[in-house]
Amino acid sequence: MSPRLRRLKALMAKEFVQILRDPSSLLIAFVLPLILLFLFGFGVSLDARNLPLGVVVEGSGQGAWSLARAFAASPYFAVVEARDVRRLQPQLLAGRLRGLVVIPADFDRRLERGAPPNLQIIADGSETNTANYVQNYAQGVVGSWQARQGLERGRAGEGGALLVPRVWFNPQLDSRDSLVPGAIAIIMAIIGTLLTALVVAREWERGTMEALLATPVGILELIAGKLLPYFVLGLAAMLGSVAVSVLLFGIPFRGSLLALLATSAAFLLAALGQGLLISTVTKNQFVASQVAVITGFLPAFLLSGFIFEIASMPLPIRALTHIIAARYLVSNLQTLFLTGDVWPLLLPNILVLLLIAAVLFLVTAKKTVKRLR
Amino acid sequence: MLGRIKTLIVKELLALLRDKKSRFVLIVPPLVQLFVFSFAATLEVNNQSLAILNQDHGRPAAVLAARFAAAGTFSEILHLSRPEQIAPLIDRQQAIAVLWIPTDFSANLAAGRPAQVSFIADGRKTNAAQIVQGYAQRIVNQYRVEHAPGGGPPAVQLAVRNWFNPNLEFRWYTVPSLVCILTTLIGVLVTALSVAREREMGTFDQLLVSPLHPLEILAGKALPALLVAVAEGSFMILAATFLLQVPFNGSLLLLYAGMVVFLAAVIGVGLFISSLSMTQQQAILGTFVFIVPAVILSGFATPIENMPDWLQLVTYANPLRYFMVVVKGVFLKDVSAAVVWSQTWPMAIIAAGTLGSATWLFRRRME
Repeated sequence: MSPRLRRLKALMAKEFVQILRDPSSLLIAFVLPLILLFLFGFGVSLDARNLPLGVVVEGSGQGAWSLARAFAASPYFAVVEARDVRRLQPQLLAGRLRGLVVIPADFDRRLERGAPPNLQIIADGSETNTANYVQNYAQGVVGSWQARQGLERGRAGEGGALLVPRVWFNPQLDSRDSLVPGAIAIIMAIIGTLLTALVVAREWERGTMEALLATPVGILELIAGKLLPYFVLGLAAMLGSVAVSVLLFGIPFRGSLLALLATSAAFLLAALGQGLLISTVTKNQFVASQVAVITGFLPAFLLSGFIFEIASMPLPIRALTHIIAARYLVSNLQTLFLTGDVWPLLLPNILVLLLIAAVLFLVTAKKTVKRLR
Repeated sequence: MLGRIKTLIVKELLALLRDKKSRFVLIVPPLVQLFVFSFAATLEVNNQSLAILNQDHGRPAAVLAARFAAAGTFSEILHLSRPEQIAPLIDRQQAIAVLWIPTDFSANLAAGRPAQVSFIADGRKTNAAQIVQGYAQRIVNQYRVEHAPGGGPPAVQLAVRNWFNPNLEFRWYTVPSLVCILTTLIGVLVTALSVAREREMGTFDQLLVSPLHPLEILAGKALPALLVAVAEGSFMILAATFLLQVPFNGSLLLLYAGMVVFLAAVIGVGLFISSLSMTQQQAILGTFVFIVPAVILSGFATPIENMPDWLQLVTYANPLRYFMVVVKGVFLKDVSAAVVWSQTWPMAIIAAGTLGSATWLFRRRME
């Protein structure tokens, strides 16, 4: 065995011992991912069901009651009924109701006269997201109620334009199927960037980095010895997370193992490069952790397109997402899980990740050399 | 005793603020995050690309296609000519959805038969797909009502209002939520690191041999974190109101009352992590293991109502859940003291629990 390889092996062995000895790295590499997967797999969901809605029926006519029943029957709403809007307003203020539907006293009178009846939908705008759903679903309930009314009165025929909606890859529109791949991206960002930033910063903070640099170990060997164990840890966490998602949560995985490994490896290179650069610049664990959170974890959560749609962001922020590695990982993971090996989509993403990694490593190498002079 | 705690507080603040880099990370990043992420965290669906495959040459089909092209949600319309183009387009995410008007649309419509059009959405983006599908349904319904033979029943006139945030500005929702999240992060991290840093540097033993009582040491660690976090919180509330233009309708006093109780609860968590950790790395990673689930279970990104019942029960133990209601309520709804109180007493109970168990653990680990 060449001395180079032997040195590399020794360095990696040291790093592995450090990982195994410190329960916190295992906590972050295996326990947190499990908690996250569990939450996203079983708990968190964007699919609104049982939104608490107040329905105020001011009149007592047939039409008003049948509309109120339509709201009560909707799976999207958990309905609280009242005769007076003043009874429900305080509950909206306290956040116990997400919206109010007011069916006014003259609803049936106008309906019988053939005049368009009025209806008021009030959503709690302080829960902006939910307000959007309340509006959409409430209008949907009114729309289908009206269509049924039309049919019963025989005024509308069967003809007319009809939308046949179909959703590919996820016919039930189960938000879990796209959230879990996103959760894996967050896990990878935490392991790749935060953990690396911390362990290298610790070496600088304690002065052991200088000691290592004084040994015959070259800078490249040092970086490789430091990063390879975390690379392996990251890959293991990725495979474990995918296995849990498929076996435990029943999320389909339609891509190939090769594409998954290529994507994970490219992302890990970028994330590890980022962690390395952060620690080289800051040399302090507290500062390194803060920078890693701001540039690694939070962008993976907020700017990766996993929950929040990138296309809807303002232009400067959309531009910023192009340098966020997690964005490419989320896109590839969602495709690998739900669609399959779409190489025209996967490959450009992988190449961008490699490019980001190359830039980060170059900058890090430059910074380290400069310091040693 | 008070003098000794005061000395400790001064020492702790100095340790935190003396270093230029750590002073920088305490002040600049939270503000930058508040700015960047408050614009990013939107569940609105805009600027989407829609592909239209219109195989019908009749006028009704052209009118319907034009309705879709005019919808504000879609900033880009791609025109397809063959059904085979649909699959690669969706696979590569070049469009969120495809509207497919088949050849017999106009003929069916004229004959009074159901005239079907397909709308194929990309299920990888469930939220966007769902909202876009809702828009499509509304466009087609509208078209149907207008073109119904003999005129349908009178349409219900909807008046849609959004209280507290009339134009549904997402920023008004995300900024107060981010104020909560960032305050939590500062509060927990500063406390979690305080003891761990001294342990790692070996200065903790010096503290132990000093005449300080363990409770005094704890107070000396908790109070500086409280001061720093309240200062950060105030800073962010100012930025939110004056720079990001989020309306502040409620009582500042109620907000601070809620904030102090909330911070007591999370600082308790920070102290607990700190007592467990031997190194700063453990403290930081421990903070993460608390913060990430706490944010996810706070109702920020996904509503608590959507969670299964057993998980909703778990959220009652999460102080962030209550604090979000207080901050958003004070900012946007001008909530009464009664509403703030209904969210504050559970936080007070949690605070008693976390501070109590942190004290217990701290004393145990010292003996």
